[in-house]
Amino acid sequence: MALPDLAKKPQRFTGGHRACAGCGFPITIKIILQAAENPVVVGCATGCMEVTSTIYPYTAWRCSFIHTAFENVAATMSGVEAAYRSLRRQGKINQDITFIAFGGDGGTYDIGLQSLSGAMERGHKLVYVCYNNQGYMNTGIQRSSATPRGANTTTTPAGTQLPGKPQYPKNLTAIMAAHDIPYVAQASMSHWNDLYRKAKKAFAAEGPAFLNVLSTCRLGWATAPEDTVDVAEGAVQCNVWPLFEVEKGNWKLSFKPKKPLPVADWMKQQGRFKHLFRSDNSQLLETIQQQVDEDWQRLLELCGVNGE
Amino acid sequence: MTLSSQTKNLLKVHQDVDPDIKPNAGWRDLPIGGVIPQGGTASQFATGDWRTIRPVWSKEKCINCHRCWLYCPDMAWISEDGKIQGVDLTYCKGCGICANVCPTKVHAIEMHPEDDFKDDEAVKEG
Amino acid sequence: MAVAVEIQKTAALTGNEAAAQAMRQINPDVVAAYPITPQTEIVQLFSTFVSDGLVKTEFVAVESEHSAMSATVGAAAAGARSMTATSSQGLALMWEMLYVAAGMRVPIVMPMVNRALSSPINIHCDHSDSMGARDSGWLQIYSENSQEMYDNLIQAVRIAEHPNVLLPIMVTMDGFIISHGMENVELLPDQAVKDFIGEYHFPYPLLDVEQAKTLGPLTLQDFYFEHKREQAEAMYRSKEVILAVAEEYAAISGRKYGFFETYKMEDAEYAVIVLGSTAGTAKYVVDQLRQAGEKSGLVKIRVFRPFPGQELSEALSGLKAVGIMDRADTFSTQGGPLYLEIKAALYHAANQPQCINYIYGLGGRDIDPPLIRQAFMEVKDLASGSAAEAGPTVRYLGVRE
Repeated sequence: MALPDLAKKPQRFTGGHRACAGCGFPITIKIILQAAENPVVVGCATGCMEVTSTIYPYTAWRCSFIHTAFENVAATMSGVEAAYRSLRRQGKINQDITFIAFGGDGGTYDIGLQSLSGAMERGHKLVYVCYNNQGYMNTGIQRSSATPRGANTTTTPAGTQLPGKPQYPKNLTAIMAAHDIPYVAQASMSHWNDLYRKAKKAFAAEGPAFLNVLSTCRLGWATAPEDTVDVAEGAVQCNVWPLFEVEKGNWKLSFKPKKPLPVADWMKQQGRFKHLFRSDNSQLLETIQQQVDEDWQRLLELCGVNGE
Repeated sequence: MTLSSQTKNLLKVHQDVDPDIKPNAGWRDLPIGGVIPQGGTASQFATGDWRTIRPVWSKEKCINCHRCWLYCPDMAWISEDGKIQGVDLTYCKGCGICANVCPTKVHAIEMHPEDDFKDDEAVKEG
Repeated sequence: MAVAVEIQKTAALTGNEAAAQAMRQINPDVVAAYPITPQTEIVQLFSTFVSDGLVKTEFVAVESEHSAMSATVGAAAAGARSMTATSSQGLALMWEMLYVAAGMRVPIVMPMVNRALSSPINIHCDHSDSMGARDSGWLQIYSENSQEMYDNLIQAVRIAEHPNVLLPIMVTMDGFIISHGMENVELLPDQAVKDFIGEYHFPYPLLDVEQAKTLGPLTLQDFYFEHKREQAEAMYRSKEVILAVAEEYAAISGRKYGFFETYKMEDAEYAVIVLGSTAGTAKYVVDQLRQAGEKSGLVKIRVFRPFPGQELSEALSGLKAVGIMDRADTFSTQGGPLYLEIKAALYHAANQPQCINYIYGLGGRDIDPPLIRQAFMEVKDLASGSAAEAGPTVRYLGVRE
């Protein structure tokens, strides 16, 4: 699909929402929703997306939309999808409808993990999208289990003794792949074509699908608003956020940087890692680079791709 | 979804409520449960006044790649029939992503401080 | 409609079985539920109805009660008649979503089997669970026995879904005492229930995709208060609906319900007020006292939310004393929840009876006729002014000192 053609399709998400200037997730929503052919019902976990897009009486959604709470969008949409199956079976509905659940990384990796796991395990035909901005941004930039090691957040502030978040992010995409659902993918809003293709596959999957999409938070990452796309691109180019998909158990790499950027180059773009460039933290930078390299090698093996 | 006529009549109680929510509406005049009974009402909310810098687009230089349209978080770039028509300043928050993603060689969008346009507005309003 | 009365079938059922039979006849589009003692049997029985094709229901075996309520809210908002069932800790885990269900105005009907709350963990009956949820915006109907559980569940569908109400309802019964105790229950014919409950109504169904809509938006200082005011009004409106539905139900079943039941109250001078299964034992005690010439009576509350304050105040006005029995404590030092409601309701009564509170039966502690008789005798002393010394107004009945 060429972009000018994509722009001809009506959009389901309008301007006039209250996300920050330069926010990443509206871009993620746009790419994913433009890939949907059927009417959609969207569910959203509490978080930036829900709060900024539905300030009463203004809603940015031109479709059926439901929000109930923070940790339960997968369960809420399980119910919506079960209602659809029931009414369709009874002949009360006869059209195809696509069900999408959006949650941030807080609502997905942390507080919503149980409800997500349950919904995927039960096999509801819905696409769960984690718009991953690597922290609790709506409440003021706290760490989540998706926050990278070393990041300065308001609950892992970089101080004289602690250099930001002590832990690496957990590999949620792999956890979802371990659910053996038909389709799991990791994507970035910077690589629209890859994300669009993955959204298409997710919608076509015979069962549940999960997309983990890196979506820049320029406030939490402390980047210039105009750099939103570039900094997400950087995460992919330095192998911090590799693009891959797991289709019926087969791992497949979607993109391999010609020459991976040093992780430090990506971190330099962001204020949240500023303290790591003090001389006393140089060892940590090296440790993080080693970990990224190891993770990358392991992913290459899973995908059956030869390393350098 | 099909509704029985009986259901429709019962639901009329709620659906007769004006879907356009008035800012001073009393509690009896609002849809129940905080529902917004129509889509896309945010399009009536202008976010353009957040802007401190404004994208200026050159139709001549534009190659219609639509990267500005795609990466605009505020759905501000207008495309008709596959052709970029310009930016809708009602929504543009001035983030500058469009100018940044416009291919370097094309350079069809430049960001300018809002102050540069003050005189224009004054002329228009005057 | 009256024909149904004659063709009711009598069956020996536990409370859980009666609830499951009501659910089978209600035949919801979606049930999302999770096991918990002593409710589990309802979910198990209902699952067999699904497996055997006796219902059209899509059954969602969720991974927690929080998800059970979340999925039920989603399904009800989607446009499907939806139910769940729970007890105790399960209700506690649903807490957040109880308020969401009421605020979103989804008419969910939920059998709720009363059981004590941890800690310490205890699986037996008291009312701590549903009493804790008394201000969540749900209607609450308490059942004395299996028959009432069955009847209340069927009526609850009509009440919840009425366009003037559109609020969720929990229908409770006492854990083990009723849920696992077998009694004869008269069941309506399936068709009579189907006709009685009619079609499901929700004004903004998500699955009506032709009409875009946003459910559960962020409403702030400018609108939140108005939304909550309308929710409060729906609770006021529900009183009329509860009585109208009871009237219609009486016509098909021959069983008539109100906000509360009075037993031998016509010339009573003092009375005891209870909720749930204790009423059965208390009626037996009243009969004994009456035989001994005592002017004692009993009031059994059926509808706790909305609270029938005015009606109760009228019924109790003129009595000399009432003993209010609570199978839950509020830990407020002010007494149990029923006691507080009734005292508040009596505040404007012309002839206020004296009130004392009995907190009893926590964690399934037996409440037997001698204990209830003791309560009656203390209330009688209060009524006659012969109590040597006014004791504490909040008394713990049946606890070892």
